Amino acid sequence: MAYTEDDLEKELATKEYKYGFYTDIESETFPVGLNEDIVRAISKKKEEPEWMTEWRIEAFRHWQTLEEPEWANVHYEKPNFQNISYYSAPSKKPKYDSLDEVDPELLDTFKRLGISLDEQKKLAGVAVDVVMDSVSVTTTFKKTLAEKGIIFCSISEAIKEHPELVKKYIGTVVPKTDNFYAALNSAVFSDGSFCYIPKGVRCPMELSTYFRINQAGTGQFERTLVVADEGSYVSYLEGCTAPSRDENQLHAAVVELIALDDAEIKYSTVQNWYPGNDEGKGGVYNFVTKRGLCEKNAKISWTQVETGSAVTWKYPSCVLKGDNSIGEFYSIAVTNNFQQADTGTKMIHLGKNTKSTIISKGISAGQSQNSYRGLVQINGRAENARNFSQCDSLLMGNKCGAHTFPYIEAKNKSAKVEHEATTSKIGEDQIFYCNQRGIDTEKAIALIVNGFSKEVLNKLPMEFAVEAQKLLEISLEGSVG
Amino acid sequence: MLEIKNLNAGIEDKDILKGIDLKVNAGEVHAIMGPNGSGKSTLSSVIAGKEEYEVNGGDIIFEGESILELDAEERAHQGVFLSFQYPVEIPGVSVTNFIKTAINETRKAKGLEDMPASDMLKMIREKSELLEIDRKFLSRSLNEGFSGGEKKRNEIFQMAMLEPKLAILDETDSGLDIDALRIVSNGVNKLRSKDNAVIVITHYQRLLEYIVPDFVHVLVDGKIVKSGGKELALELEEKGYDWVKAELTA
Ligand SMILES: Nc1ncnc2c1ncn2[C@@H]1O[C@H](COP(=O)(O)OP(=O)(O)OP(=O)(O)O)[C@@H](O)[C@H]1O
Ligand SMILES: [Mg+2]
Repeated sequence: MAYTEDDLEKELATKEYKYGFYTDIESETFPVGLNEDIVRAISKKKEEPEWMTEWRIEAFRHWQTLEEPEWANVHYEKPNFQNISYYSAPSKKPKYDSLDEVDPELLDTFKRLGISLDEQKKLAGVAVDVVMDSVSVTTTFKKTLAEKGIIFCSISEAIKEHPELVKKYIGTVVPKTDNFYAALNSAVFSDGSFCYIPKGVRCPMELSTYFRINQAGTGQFERTLVVADEGSYVSYLEGCTAPSRDENQLHAAVVELIALDDAEIKYSTVQNWYPGNDEGKGGVYNFVTKRGLCEKNAKISWTQVETGSAVTWKYPSCVLKGDNSIGEFYSIAVTNNFQQADTGTKMIHLGKNTKSTIISKGISAGQSQNSYRGLVQINGRAENARNFSQCDSLLMGNKCGAHTFPYIEAKNKSAKVEHEATTSKIGEDQIFYCNQRGIDTEKAIALIVNGFSKEVLNKLPMEFAVEAQKLLEISLEGSVG
Repeated sequence: MLEIKNLNAGIEDKDILKGIDLKVNAGEVHAIMGPNGSGKSTLSSVIAGKEEYEVNGGDIIFEGESILELDAEERAHQGVFLSFQYPVEIPGVSVTNFIKTAINETRKAKGLEDMPASDMLKMIREKSELLEIDRKFLSRSLNEGFSGGEKKRNEIFQMAMLEPKLAILDETDSGLDIDALRIVSNGVNKLRSKDNAVIVITHYQRLLEYIVPDFVHVLVDGKIVKSGGKELALELEEKGYDWVKAELTA
């Protein structure tokens, strides 16, 4: 591969990323607690049709029969679900024609996030559907997208404007009864994003949604549904930052991806929710269900950079239903201090000639615990299925832990499954080498960690990769004495 | 520029450097020779500020001030550069990215802005040409899978980029083929000026034909036992270290 001046220049470009703050925007918040009335109230608040309300109620009733799962390698104080307020919306009603009409405080928040819409418009052609405390406040680039027939809006809007699409696909990949958190989400999801790419359309820009948890004590239950119709392509970015709080905040999102025949979806996440202070107090609980379904010749790639949350429980998965479909999972998970992450993926091979690739990079520092849990399941009729998994762990210090739990279930003899795993430590000689060149230890670690994670960082869209690199650096600050 | 006074250093239960005195002025080239295990690399590590070594006595004065209390990166910011005998690998970090970080961190320490990308580009172009380094090479992971010679050439490339006041070259010649030795030495010579100084550690007279030293010192068992002009290197090559040792005990 030739290394051009362009590559060199690209490599030399730097950008700063800012984080850590919270905004005081007046909110309309429901009283704490959860029962059928609350579920109905959420649905009513969002002016939903009857079928949606019923769907939520069914989910809620099922949820009541479930127990919170215990199998993950994480330990935390279980949230009291009756102590959470399930709805909070910015009280100044959304839908602005121009930025001037938007709450100035909110705009300031965007600026500090480094995503001022002005800037975004100029930069890289990224359309942003900003989800701020559960209600999408503003959507940009709708016109360009609309010309191509692409629908990109809040899920509430989609339920109203495109009920046939939502009704057809919601819950088809992650059933409302799927698991404890998914059922809870199905009952109370307040907002999220919806995206539909019509047949044969290549989405001309990266679609991004920035999530933030804002009000203290309001759990966030986002619902994302992305449908790529036959032969279409979309790259979707999701990123978030949370303000520091000395209170646990629960987040239980559901993301469903549907790639119909010959379609491709790239879904990238950068996540840096508040991990708790350096004694492990506070921080976000992140229990997410993300799953994608591939029809014939379709492809879904999950790329994630997980640096935040006190407790993370997350397994973006691919159901490779169609023949020749492809699933990919690229992950960087950083844990520091007392963070606990149990993350990984599931690749379910159902169709013939299906292929999956898993690259997982776990970085543990402080007293954190970082677990990779992956399932590769090859079904009886999945002739010639292939999987390649690589799980690398990087340890900093002696008090943290890295664990790998690969599960392989192959029910077809023609399956080829490869698994590689490595564990390494940052060496003192590497640090001294960097120090000698004028790079202090903190920066040296960031550099080494970035290098370790490169295969995954490279999978992220350019502007996201820069942000992600910066995040890795921030997350490991103070991890060496 | 550099003055080492009665330096004693070692690791926990072992003294390695046992009273080193060395004075290096701007514009000079000093060569240090000595048998394996005599403490040459330890001396360079201690000058560069490797914490693993404990300094039990003496002082290191750089540009008029003691640097013993400074961290390794602070010494680097002041212009101390060490070309490692065994450069370490940093997987996934390209040579370009590494040197960019090194330069900008040093600038930051001096209160300067990052070097503009265009200047950096120009400099990389210039210095890689000087050392006849293929640009493709710069995109590879630092030292990962580099041949012995490539590692050494890359060290000198970094030196050229960082423009240090004091460069310590620890066996930079070992592993270099005949052409590379000439190219690398040429590079070092081009970077010499009346304002900077070089300490070359080597086992072979050959390098000193290219980088001609003003002084040659012989380090044996943690002490400089003999110093002289460039002809001392020739004499050593001819007679071996036993000659110096014999002279010592005599
Ligand atoms: N970190 C260490 N731990 C234990 N012993 C050490 C350490 N560093 C140096 N030594 C010992 O100190 C002595 C001097 O080592 P040093 O590497 O400085 O020698 P040198 O003169 O550079 O040798 P060479 O010519 O082989 O490179 C050796 O006996 C070496 O084993
Ligand atoms: Mg040595």
